[in-house]
Amino acid sequence: MTIGQGDSEQVGFQVSPIEFRLDPASGVPTYLQLVHQVEHALRLGYLKPGDQLPKVRDVVASLAINPNTVSKAYRELETKGLIVGRPGQGTFILATLSQVALPELTGLRRSLRGWLAKADTAGLDESGIAALVASELRDFYERLGGSSTRSGAAEDETEGVA
Amino acid sequence: MNVIEARSLGKHYGSTWALRECSLAIPAGHVAALVGPNGSGKTTLLSLAAGLAVPSVVGVTVLGGRPPGSPVALDGIAFVAQDTPLYKNLSVVDMLHLTRNLNRRFDQASAQARLAELGIPLKRKAGKLSGGQQAQLALTLALARRPRLLVLDEPMAMLDPLARHDFMATVMAAMADDGVSVVLSSHVLAELERVADYLVLLSRGRVQVAGEVEDLLAGHRLLTGPAGEAERYSERLSVVHASRGGTQAHLLVRQNGTDGLVPPGWEAHPVGLEELTLAYLREPGAAALPGPARGRDAEHSEVTT
Repeated sequence: MTIGQGDSEQVGFQVSPIEFRLDPASGVPTYLQLVHQVEHALRLGYLKPGDQLPKVRDVVASLAINPNTVSKAYRELETKGLIVGRPGQGTFILATLSQVALPELTGLRRSLRGWLAKADTAGLDESGIAALVASELRDFYERLGGSSTRSGAAEDETEGVA
Repeated sequence: MNVIEARSLGKHYGSTWALRECSLAIPAGHVAALVGPNGSGKTTLLSLAAGLAVPSVVGVTVLGGRPPGSPVALDGIAFVAQDTPLYKNLSVVDMLHLTRNLNRRFDQASAQARLAELGIPLKRKAGKLSGGQQAQLALTLALARRPRLLVLDEPMAMLDPLARHDFMATVMAAMADDGVSVVLSSHVLAELERVADYLVLLSRGRVQVAGEVEDLLAGHRLLTGPAGEAERYSERLSVVHASRGGTQAHLLVRQNGTDGLVPPGWEAHPVGLEELTLAYLREPGAAALPGPARGRDAEHSEVTT
């Protein structure tokens, strides 16, 4: 094994469905950015069960980040039951996060778009809408019992996927 | 295992102490960043660990208790000094040849493959390479020795952003492949944030802060609140650095575990590595944080000037 053959190694291998990127200005810890990107890709269907995630070494070589950071992100995803590491083979997607079928998702998206148009007509700007949605979302899940909402995150943390 | 462990280590040049009563323990498996103002002793500490300088007050071991400069230490540590030390008049291939013959272990095949991948012409004189290529050549030579610890002194100071990224990517890939530990000194705080998971902050030749980045970040908060109350809370909280406007004040505080330290009406924000480091750099007198149990600044031995 030689150093730095990240590109040539992919010959004969399946290319990973997703590529990580970093936003240094976001203030979100690097490992969490990786976790979020996998979850996001799962929600939107870019990743599905059986897919292989990029090897730690390849992520490290392309982003120039600490290997411990990538391992930490993968560990976190493994704890959530979303991925599984198979020694000598790689890391694979185990579960999905897209909870509803595509037609239903399309319907929800359409009704949301209708609501957004209403909010816009009422005079709310983008950040106003985002704030309203975030606040209402938080209230909604708090009223529901608040079992899985995380502090401040507007994003819903889905559970029970495994 | 600690890759570098110092206890009351001291080094003076003439009557000036470059490093004094320095105690720390850097565990293996990390990218440890050594940060501090110019003249705080970073290069001295690295040189002592690499066995390139002799301490005035003995107290440093490397690679789990070995004396620096011993055969095991020399074989196990690769050191890339500040100005990418290469013989500028030698060609790349001659540099390879030289390094191979000066070391007991040298992975010629991996070095050549790496240079080919980087597109560095073997026939060209080292001095004629670009800054980025020179840095990559020095790094390639260091890594081909298959070290257990890679020590980099200001590795990226002269590099453009792309060369910096590529340089660091090579270092990180070596860490993923071979498990090499890394200790590097740098002034570029923003870049350290992406790679460092252990921080050592030197100030005036002493260790001011040492610890795992995650623990350090979890142990500090930025509190924002009315300036009028800042004075009152400053006494109760361990404030590292305070900045104050007419009505609003920011206090970067160290907290011990509990979150209950936020005064009513104040907001607490998490801090980043850069912000934390800057706060300590601005306050050289702020108390040092304990590092790992071993090698910490527990007992103070008297050092005479």
